[in-house]
Amino acid sequence: MYDGWKIILGLIIFVGIATFPFVYDVGKASIPPPEPKLDTPEIQKMAVKRCVESKSFMAAEHMVMLNDWRDSVVRDGNRIYIANDGKEYVMSLQNTCMKCHSNKTKFCDECHNYMAVTPYCWDCHIAPKEKEEKT
Amino acid sequence: MSIDRREFLKIAGASTLLGIGGMSASAILKKNLLEASQVMPDPRGLTAKRWGMVVDISKFKTEDDYRVCIEACHLVHNVPNIGTAKEEVKWIWKETYEHAFPGNEDPYLSPEIKHMPFLVLCNHCDNPPCVRVCPTKATFKRESDGIVMMDMHRCIGCRFCMAACPYGARSFNYRDPRPFIDAATENLEFPTRTRGVVEKCTFCYERLAKGLIPACVEASQESARKTGREPGLIFGDLEDPNSEVRKILDGRYSFRRKPELGTYPSVYYVLG
Repeated sequence: MYDGWKIILGLIIFVGIATFPFVYDVGKASIPPPEPKLDTPEIQKMAVKRCVESKSFMAAEHMVMLNDWRDSVVRDGNRIYIANDGKEYVMSLQNTCMKCHSNKTKFCDECHNYMAVTPYCWDCHIAPKEKEEKT
Repeated sequence: MSIDRREFLKIAGASTLLGIGGMSASAILKKNLLEASQVMPDPRGLTAKRWGMVVDISKFKTEDDYRVCIEACHLVHNVPNIGTAKEEVKWIWKETYEHAFPGNEDPYLSPEIKHMPFLVLCNHCDNPPCVRVCPTKATFKRESDGIVMMDMHRCIGCRFCMAACPYGARSFNYRDPRPFIDAATENLEFPTRTRGVVEKCTFCYERLAKGLIPACVEASQESARKTGREPGLIFGDLEDPNSEVRKILDGRYSFRRKPELGTYPSVYYVLG
């Protein structure tokens, strides 16, 4: 191998740079995963604390579902959603979702900020009025 | 170990088949929950083949008669009050005769009609030019009832529709409308708009879905009940011969805005 030491030195530098973010983070306290709060008055009142669909489904698919709801309501005029368990819901972000999840900053924003996503729902849809927390 | 061409093709073919088969098998086994769900229209909703409105302008006597209709609409739909004519956002508004019906300004028209403000709104045309020009299909005619709808989620703010609409029924949000909506009277059940979208009257599709008539018509009926007169705005199905609007149109001379353009408006005007 000609100039072997140069190649090996280059490789060491490359591996060092490539793994730097991971090495740098070792031993540091990681940012805790978000914990969306469910302690709104509406949810506390419910006998069975269940969203429109199961919790795991909502966590993973709510954005797809909201897009489907949007198209269904605006374009097809179908406003009632029949859930898997047969219950009927009016498809409305502002009037159905946010009635229970009236804590947008502690529920929606918690995960969205953690994942660094900025959905533009709230540019138009009015978020529920929340009392400012005393700190 | 060596592999000949024939052997290689066999293995490649078999693994392709396995891959395709495996994919479709997993798709069948992993049922999509969203696809299993169902939707339906609200049973409370009002339906029609083609919604239409009659504006009986002779019933508008005082400034208040116009104001209640405009205010009801603009409050229900969180329409901002920007304050300048250039950036004004309006769904239903007053227009002079010569602006509402250009080409009909005869020299000896009765001054009463000539100076009477007309209540105008989106005509929900049967052949809407705004729909034809929209590049994203953000504005579309609902096949079920003929309402010319806006899908704010798709509007890119190109304003082709504003150029196409011969009635000036569309308003553009040149800036964020939120600061111009009174927080005290804001309707929390209806969204606002955002900067860069076009908006207009939607014949209150969100109220029709709940079984309510449009806000302006309701306001007109309410104020008529208070003053003991007949309402100036009448709403109904144009294709139903027994509907309220058809009964009025059957008995009286009516006219529409700019009929020569072939847009077939659904808003009719009657005078006295």
